[in-house]
Amino acid sequence: MGNPMTEQTQAPEAQPSSPGPASGKPDIIRVEGMHKWYGDFHVLKNLNLNVQQGERIVICGPSGSGKSTFIRCINRLEEHQKGKIIVDDVELTDDVRQIDSVRKEVGMVFQHFNLFPHLTVLENCCLSPIWVRKTPRKEAEASAMEYLERVRIPEQADKYPGQLSGGQQQRVAIARALCMKPKIMLFDEPTSALDPEMIKEVLDVMIELAGSGMTMLCVTHEMGFAKTVADRVIFMDGGEIVEGAPPREFFTNPREARTQKFLEQILQH
Amino acid sequence: MTESEVQRPKKALAPVKWIRSNLFSSWYNTLLTVVIGYLVLTSIAPLMNWLFLEATFTGAEPSDCAGEGACWLFINQRLNFFIYGFYPDDLQWRVDAMFILLAVAFVPQFIEGFPARKWLGIFGLTGLPVIGFFMIPGGLFGLEPVESSKWGGLMLTLILAYIGIIASLPIGTLLALGRRSEMPVIRGLSVVFIEVWRAVPLITVLFMASVMLPLFLPEGMSFEKLARALIGITLWQSAYMAEVIRGGLQAIPRGQYEAASALGLGYWKKMGLVILPQALTMVIPGIVNTFISLFKDTTLVLIIGLFDILGTVQSTVTDPAWQNVAVEGYVFVAFCFWVFCFGISRYSQNLERKLDTGHKT
Ligand SMILES: Nc1ncnc2c1ncn2[C@@H]1O[C@H](COP(=O)(O)OP(=O)(O)OP(=O)(O)O)[C@@H](O)[C@H]1O
Ligand SMILES: [Mg+2]
Repeated sequence: MGNPMTEQTQAPEAQPSSPGPASGKPDIIRVEGMHKWYGDFHVLKNLNLNVQQGERIVICGPSGSGKSTFIRCINRLEEHQKGKIIVDDVELTDDVRQIDSVRKEVGMVFQHFNLFPHLTVLENCCLSPIWVRKTPRKEAEASAMEYLERVRIPEQADKYPGQLSGGQQQRVAIARALCMKPKIMLFDEPTSALDPEMIKEVLDVMIELAGSGMTMLCVTHEMGFAKTVADRVIFMDGGEIVEGAPPREFFTNPREARTQKFLEQILQH
Repeated sequence: MTESEVQRPKKALAPVKWIRSNLFSSWYNTLLTVVIGYLVLTSIAPLMNWLFLEATFTGAEPSDCAGEGACWLFINQRLNFFIYGFYPDDLQWRVDAMFILLAVAFVPQFIEGFPARKWLGIFGLTGLPVIGFFMIPGGLFGLEPVESSKWGGLMLTLILAYIGIIASLPIGTLLALGRRSEMPVIRGLSVVFIEVWRAVPLITVLFMASVMLPLFLPEGMSFEKLARALIGITLWQSAYMAEVIRGGLQAIPRGQYEAASALGLGYWKKMGLVILPQALTMVIPGIVNTFISLFKDTTLVLIIGLFDILGTVQSTVTDPAWQNVAVEGYVFVAFCFWVFCFGISRYSQNLERKLDTGHKT
């Protein structure tokens, strides 16, 4: 395993899932032949995916296809049983130190926000920089305020999460993740618990973030978002990556029948 | 603001209206009000007579209690014993100093906006017991030693309850975390500890601590009866506390654990900064409930020959010099317990209100 695998050495192994653009940038995430089981249930089957630094990837697929499970494996909220996941040159194993160092570089935004209700917005944002990164409090607060401005809610800094709307809470959650200055951001259906009028405010923040060159993996059903910002759209079904392609190709000319069927269903409304 | 003309409807009703709508709204409500009112009035008058109007408060000797009412003279004369037990008179200032510190730490907790309230509370939970550890037994810093067999009365009750309470909270928290640990050995040990201690009545624990434990300890190694009782009470209370706290831990949604992990917080930081603050806040009523039970259960130390407030009173009411003062004695004990338990309860309500951030995930 010592020799770094390149795109080319992997390509022959029939990999419709990982046709990343062949530019010179290094891969920041490498998933190789990864499997996961819940007990006897085989949730993820032979996943392969290389993500370049700065690449924006949208993952879609029907409910229960394993999208959440997959991106939760990338920061080890779930454990995989076979294959390899390498994030920023650190392989995820049982070693707690490796897991900690990966989690420092990977921010995550959840469907249900998961803000800490006993802390104010500002405290939510500063918690990890202070306790994990050991940033001095003053500095952490100043930087948190910058991110809160970026997600356009600096005026809510001293409120508690319970006093905010869903859209505001999700933007705080994004700011909180960004405060750790991660190299990669994972989003698990960040807008699907929101009312329609709040979806846009969160998507706007995500689009801006995409513009800043952040590496993003985003599970979402917002196909408009996929079309505007994604470098690649990946379709999962039944625990497998069925195909992945740049959005124009993916939406106009899907290769697999399963993808076509999914797109027909989702694009109807 | 132009809308300011639209006023929020007033909720409070005038007293007359309140009385009419709550006490005399229908014929059977009126009947109930009249009957209960009659009963209350007829029983309150004799009670007041006994408690205050015809009671004897001052005097020199038992025979001064001649009236029909209560003989508070008895309490008055033996108060020293009820508060300090056999603690030497000339050293009682040390105990008084602790009472004052206790008041300084906790009375401000009831006063909204008192300066440094939080720090006083923290001092009460950390510094106060340390100071007490040196002040009450003495022996260091030139303080004359006082054996624990001389401690008694209210002071002993407070020592037992206070140490039991503040020691059981951290131990109980660790046990609760242990019981939910993913490490089988730690989980197993926690379960066994909790289930064994919780299944035993406190009276048995105290009895074992005072009678059986010395039999097992090696020759020459013995520590005081009070210390053994304290250890017994603390461990027993910790087992209860652990289960209350575990209830809180289980009520925290999985998303909170995941968000904390995803932010890179390790186990102890995740628990200490995210999970426990929420879990403990959630179970304040349960925690306070166990505190109050413990406070009252400390009276059981009587059976191992320690004289807490109930013990001192009980041993005095049988004094032949005083006749028929048992009721006064027990009323006094009940009142003391009520004051402290009610105080704990009010304090916890304050705390709950303050910690409520208006939303549960
Ligand atoms: N903890 C678990 N134990 C057992 N099975 C699980 C667990 N979590 C998820 N699953 C199963 O794994 C499969 C994939 O779940 P996952 O949540 O990854 O799907 P998803 O693609 O994110 O779906 P959705 O769009 O509904 O969020 C589902 O069939 C689900 O029932
Ligand atoms: Mg999901």
